[in-house]
Amino acid sequence: MEIIIIGLLLGGTYALMAMGLQLQYGVARIMNLANGEVLVAAAFGTFWFFSATQVSPFVALIGIVPLAFVVNWAIYRFLMLPLVKRAKNQGQLEVDSILATFGISFIFIGILLAVFGGDYLSYSYMASPVHLLGETYGLNRIAAFLGSAVLCVGLYVWLNRTRAGLTLRAVAVNPSAASLVSINVVNASALAFALGGAVTAAGGMMLSMFLTFDASLGVIFTLKALVIVIMGGVSDIRGAILAAFILGLTETVVAILVDPGLTLAAAYVLFLIILLVRPQGLFGRRTS
Amino acid sequence: MQRRTIFKLAAAAVLAGSFGLGSAQAADPIKIGVVGPKTGPLAGGAAVTHFPNFELWAHQVNARGGLKLKDGQRKIELIVYDDRTQPGETIKAVQRLATVDKADFIMAPYGTGFNLAVAPIFDKYGYPQLAQAAVTDKMDELVKRYPGLFFVQGSTTSYAKTAIDVLKKLKDEGKIGNKVAVVNVADAFGIELANAGRPLFKEAGFEIVYDKSYPLGTQDLAPVIKAAKAANPDAFVAWSYPPDTIGLAQQAKIEGLDVKAYYSAVATAFPVFKKAVGDASENILGAGGVKYTPELEKFYKELKDVTGVDGDYWGNPVYYSMLQIIEQSIEAVGSMDRKAITEHIKTHKFNTLIGEIDLSSQRLQWLWTVGQWQDGIFHGVNGVNVSDGKPVRLKTGW
Amino acid sequence: MNSEVRTFGIAVILFLAAATLPLISSGYLLSIGVSIAVYTVLATSWTLFSGPTNYISLAVAAFFGIGMYVVAGGIDLLPFPVLVLIGAVVGALFSAIVGLATLRISGVYFVIFTLGLAELIRQVVSWGQATMGTSSGLYVLTDFTDPQIYWALLVLAAVVFLIGWWIGRSRLGFALRIIGNDEVVAVHSGINTARAKVILFVISCTFASITGALVAPRYSYVEPTIAFNPFISFQVVIMALLGGVHRLWGPLLGVIPFTILWELISANFPTQTTLLLGAAFLLIVYFIPHGIVGLIESGIQKWKGDQHG
Repeated sequence: MEIIIIGLLLGGTYALMAMGLQLQYGVARIMNLANGEVLVAAAFGTFWFFSATQVSPFVALIGIVPLAFVVNWAIYRFLMLPLVKRAKNQGQLEVDSILATFGISFIFIGILLAVFGGDYLSYSYMASPVHLLGETYGLNRIAAFLGSAVLCVGLYVWLNRTRAGLTLRAVAVNPSAASLVSINVVNASALAFALGGAVTAAGGMMLSMFLTFDASLGVIFTLKALVIVIMGGVSDIRGAILAAFILGLTETVVAILVDPGLTLAAAYVLFLIILLVRPQGLFGRRTS
Repeated sequence: MQRRTIFKLAAAAVLAGSFGLGSAQAADPIKIGVVGPKTGPLAGGAAVTHFPNFELWAHQVNARGGLKLKDGQRKIELIVYDDRTQPGETIKAVQRLATVDKADFIMAPYGTGFNLAVAPIFDKYGYPQLAQAAVTDKMDELVKRYPGLFFVQGSTTSYAKTAIDVLKKLKDEGKIGNKVAVVNVADAFGIELANAGRPLFKEAGFEIVYDKSYPLGTQDLAPVIKAAKAANPDAFVAWSYPPDTIGLAQQAKIEGLDVKAYYSAVATAFPVFKKAVGDASENILGAGGVKYTPELEKFYKELKDVTGVDGDYWGNPVYYSMLQIIEQSIEAVGSMDRKAITEHIKTHKFNTLIGEIDLSSQRLQWLWTVGQWQDGIFHGVNGVNVSDGKPVRLKTGW
Repeated sequence: MNSEVRTFGIAVILFLAAATLPLISSGYLLSIGVSIAVYTVLATSWTLFSGPTNYISLAVAAFFGIGMYVVAGGIDLLPFPVLVLIGAVVGALFSAIVGLATLRISGVYFVIFTLGLAELIRQVVSWGQATMGTSSGLYVLTDFTDPQIYWALLVLAAVVFLIGWWIGRSRLGFALRIIGNDEVVAVHSGINTARAKVILFVISCTFASITGALVAPRYSYVEPTIAFNPFISFQVVIMALLGGVHRLWGPLLGVIPFTILWELISANFPTQTTLLLGAAFLLIVYFIPHGIVGLIESGIQKWKGDQHG
């Protein structure tokens, strides 16, 4: 039971890292290597807000989420769209977006260094124990888990129940068919990219309650998120969420029952096995 | 059209670069090269422990009018390069400083591997290399190899041994039992400390009830702390690195890890540790430590005023003392003759911020290696050839 | 044939010219030369596989690190050349297994699969070192100098180019190009796509291992974060793409300007290095869309057009 709860908490953490990238890659088809930097920037913003005001860091969401939305929308509109338009095929776009977002991640790091400096930032919030079924867990992790659950459910419902959400899903499944039924693929992609950035920023805020950050840490989150998104299958957000929880549970089981030194190794083994069995990811569709 | 502009810009940059090759004159400032990671995995530590010291030192020396040489006073100009935590870049940067910038002096880079990677270059051009941020057990071999290399730091084993000695003393006094849980991060210094520590624990009569590593970048340390707790230890030792040093303590607090002695290695001495762990940091042991004097208090205040950085209670004062040694040696020699400066360092004793230092054996003779958070300050409690450490307190709850 | 002899002649002259670098400068220029040599081998050998097949591999760091660790682990036991050989063999074996495993995977899944693989190898090596290693395995203290390492890398680069040239003319290269155009067509025209892909992947990764092995003495101290830095993989991919992956000499044209640009930025703007690098990246992507090779070839075409017009 203890393993399951710790695993779920970690899975929630991973879901926060990966959901934003899933939207960006799944719908807008941009492999955004600057995703982790957005997460770190949000964590830094939260740190700065909390240190200055001592108000609950959740309040910082009011500023961080819209800001991330606007910034990411602008990135898509002004930096990604020219690449999308000139790309002859998906492969070309992938290459260009790898190069361009890699550059953007450097710009983000440069700005973070200039604004916040390079040292470690961490603060203490809701770092108190919660007793659950005879075991203790960190309150901040439980809060982040609940936040991630709200985001998961909210996104899922939004994607499946609203017109805008259905539009995004249609683009995710087949952009050219979507444009045939008069869906504005550009607007849908920009919305997905911006929304993805906003979700990532919300994740960064929640992770900042219990992780320590420095300006160069973004790549670690990007790598993890990429693995989760690919494991889940790029076109379905359920895949990313499921993959996040599978990874969280696997790492915890290995850490407690086998050896904590092998947690990440086990996670990657699982990732590789899943891809070998299902080369298109858990929820992916086979495309020709 | 646009393309042409870019080429023009590039050409201009090439020209600007080649004009930088001008030679130095007496009135010119003394060029001092600084290399370290501003980005990459080691950047977080270097932003506190490495870069600010140079900035403060240059600021102070220049405020005094510069270094006093035979041909008059000369100010200091720092040339700072980012090595992005890649040894290949460190090598290039040091080469550039030595041969293109013609730096008068080059500060040792940050990190054990990085210092070893550039030691041949320092040696070749005759720059003394005062390595503060390099911890190794191969000092004997290395200082023989490189006559200009100084280790202003302890050895890996000395860090492990002095920490274990603190625990042994508590055990011998009957204050703690003999069961210890040990974890380490699976990266260079963590691995070295763990390997050095294992036989020492046994020698000291400890029973290791839990001994596991965890990967660098582990995001949830709850399983590690829970397992260590389940082993019911009397003392907990983590040979850890910055992000997880904080993560472990936060988790131990949540878990209420009931040990009488809690030690974690790198970054326990950082101010961010206290900020992140809060009052629960009280009585936590860690690598580093200082003897808190009024001069030191003044140093931290000036560091904060000039660089905006809250100094740590480990590297910063030693780094600054090392800079004082360099400053005193340069002024004593009266020129930037690197051979004479190296010789001077080897043959003299220096009065510094942390006390008297003698580098005649190319290494520090004494050093605080174990500290403890007591009333908001990370005091030295044990070290190599030090005797006036604060008495160790027991960890009483979180 | 005539033009081939000419190209070969030019290549030999360039190679000999490059080989004289340590005689001109033993300092800064040479250290840039070593960087360029390292990335030339890595990017060119990466392109041998990824260029024709369009499979982007992010596993370079894994094989680079394997080579490095083989040397670090055995330097006190065996002579260095033997270790380089062992490093090559270990790298080849690993990459053969990986190559066979990844046959079904394509597109972005392949990209991230190789990334995951690199991280897995790093995790296993770190864990092994933490569990049963001794600290002394980390030090590679030798008397090799930069010129020696540089020449060794240069020879390695020449070998990569020769193999690349040979592949381009062989049935293997033909098969790969068809795979890159359309894998289904390749299968239907009776090409053993699996064999061709695995062979090329093994060749490509083995060179990364040898490079890691050769560089280890230069770093003196080997730790997982240095040997398996994922940044190496990204940098190789980016340099190769920047140069152009459809010509054998394309990556070289990415490596050289990229390294020099990087040096110029970090030398002249040490405080804003990261920011400006990012900006330079974006400019490259937008204004040199088909790589340096594309730029040169369109330039030549234009020039020829002007001549005829």
